[in-house]
Amino acid sequence: MYQYDSIDAAMVQERADQFRGQVARRFEGRVTEEEFRPLRLMNGLYLQLHAYMLRVAVPYGTLNADQMRTQAHIARQYDKGYAHFTTRQNIQYNWPDLDHTPDILDDLAKVEMHAIQTSGNCIRNITTDPYAGATGEEIEDPRIASELMRQWSTFHPEFSYLPRKFKIAITGAENDRAAIKFHDIGIEIVRGGPDNEIGYRIYAGGGQGRTPVIAKVMSEWVAREDLISFLEAILRVYNQHGRRDNLYKARIKITVNEMGVDNFRAAVLNEFELIQGGMFTVDQREWDRIAAYFTPPAFEDLNDAQEQAALEEDMAKDVFFARWVRANTVQHGTDGYSIAVISLKPIGGIPGDATADQMDVVADLSEKYSLSDVRVTHEQNLVLPHVRKRDLKAVYDVLADNALNTPNLGQVTDIICCPGLDYCNLANARSIPVSQMVSERFADLEKAHDIGELKIKISGCINACGHHHVGHIGILGVDKKGVEYYQITLGGDASEKAAIGERLGPAFGYDEVTDAIETIVTTYLDQRTSRDEQFNACVKRVGLTPFKEALYGTR
Amino acid sequence: MVLVKEGTILTEDPWIFVDDETPIPADGPVIISLTRLRDELPNRPAGELGVQLQPADDATAITQDELEAVSLVAVTFPAYKDGRGYSQARNLRERLGYQGEIRAVGDVLFDQLAYMQRVGFSAFEVRKAADAEDFAKAVNEFSNAYQPTPDGKPTAIKTRHSK
Repeated sequence: MYQYDSIDAAMVQERADQFRGQVARRFEGRVTEEEFRPLRLMNGLYLQLHAYMLRVAVPYGTLNADQMRTQAHIARQYDKGYAHFTTRQNIQYNWPDLDHTPDILDDLAKVEMHAIQTSGNCIRNITTDPYAGATGEEIEDPRIASELMRQWSTFHPEFSYLPRKFKIAITGAENDRAAIKFHDIGIEIVRGGPDNEIGYRIYAGGGQGRTPVIAKVMSEWVAREDLISFLEAILRVYNQHGRRDNLYKARIKITVNEMGVDNFRAAVLNEFELIQGGMFTVDQREWDRIAAYFTPPAFEDLNDAQEQAALEEDMAKDVFFARWVRANTVQHGTDGYSIAVISLKPIGGIPGDATADQMDVVADLSEKYSLSDVRVTHEQNLVLPHVRKRDLKAVYDVLADNALNTPNLGQVTDIICCPGLDYCNLANARSIPVSQMVSERFADLEKAHDIGELKIKISGCINACGHHHVGHIGILGVDKKGVEYYQITLGGDASEKAAIGERLGPAFGYDEVTDAIETIVTTYLDQRTSRDEQFNACVKRVGLTPFKEALYGTR
Repeated sequence: MVLVKEGTILTEDPWIFVDDETPIPADGPVIISLTRLRDELPNRPAGELGVQLQPADDATAITQDELEAVSLVAVTFPAYKDGRGYSQARNLRERLGYQGEIRAVGDVLFDQLAYMQRVGFSAFEVRKAADAEDFAKAVNEFSNAYQPTPDGKPTAIKTRHSK
């Protein structure tokens, strides 16, 4: 993975020093809370219901063992012994004290990490496929462009006071595991241009929140050397034309809609034409320098058939291990290796949370079995991307000792959930307890396996941080006259098949919503043609009517 | 409000703002709105002129004639959160090649000074005296920059590959 040079290291340390100065001026009263707010936000420090919340950046979801250990240390030293992994591949701490945060940033800087621009009206963390560099599906490792974009966007002097936050995602594979079509800018690595070279298809104007929108194509193919120039063009048009009068209409998806896609695109292309070939042209030497950090690691030369046979022998001896391998491992691009997903969704647990001890365990596992590489997914799980098949049993045994072995990747209990009313001052309803109830209702692992892929996503308010719009089943918590209700949508999809969930009908109360989810799942099991027809495909085929009838009765 | 130019605090500022209704003093130097500049341009006054841009003004639509008529462009930040002024300054420097004074006016605070300078601002009406006194500190907190900017500050990429 990328390693800082002295310039990167200075940048992050100077930022930590700058923040220390800002905190001091805040305590001295030289800066009001209102003036301090954007400064602390640009270092990821929110003021929440109970305490400050610090959001640490995990650039393109990639960590090494030492960085993961430092997160365990921060959780212990400055927080209540746990951390939360987010839907943008970042890490959140819910309980730091303001006057400790400069120390936390210093500790992060020591391991080449930071909390830069994880909040505020600026360009946020670039997110990507958690299997980057491990999957055989990608045409280029998206983390190279991600690192290039990370540096371009860090302390960008022109684009740090945008109308609103700005989120960029990139995928290197056609199977989109980064939800690019639901981002302000989404990038797909594709071949094209006159010489069928690797370049970038660029989308803009996607988003969720109060008004979910699928992003529109700005260019089918941009050459690598023009990538940053094209992004500059989009940002400049947005900075100048995005709404400043209404916070809820300030995202780029609204700008694209209000200007009209064609007008917006024309403005971008016009600006791009003026910038192209200029100072933002990607220097190939810099590209090569970054790319060198992402060349494939020194994999062993293994015989996949032999490795697979050995693995199946291990599986035959342990039904729990077998179940976990079937559910939580993904095919690797290199013979004899496997991508192993560590579920942070134990039955009845808080989705996406890990204790300091668990983080240390994951760090050790990654160091011993995964070339010191670990990833965060936007579905709030962790990944060991490079595990030899023969090591999976040893990995599993350690996971099992630490409550990290739930075999539910992509299944009904692998729920994405925002912090909700328990933590967040934007929330209207509790979300975590709902995910716990649903998880417990489907605790039967065999049954869950039989249900198959089913992505439930829960948000505690219309800001949609739980990404409910793109859940196969989406649950949105609302407040009606002080009482919590839950609206349910079906058929959302965050992948390249991008779809926004459709509302089923009247909302359900807190005590009814779990039964409603079970009714929906039962209806699916009744309606599906076979085990092979997965939930979303079934919904697409039969429509919402059978589900509405099951939930609300025939009218 | 304290004026900082070329890194030093100026206790005297010859420029005055004049709104669209007030007659332009004959001897200047006086700052007027963009609309007024366009109106006055054919019969422009004799004294030194400056123009004040509001965030919604399209800096790319300013003509060379209009720029040649002024020796100062004031860019307005009604609230520090309104970042349109940064793009306006860049357009003036890079697109239009303007080399005169670009002055940040309005809600100009310590923590925005570094970015403002990088995108081409050369003068700052800083809201708080204490911030103005710390100007040098504000613009020197970072030894490197990732992005190319009109201020000519060497970028990380240039430094890395200058062999």
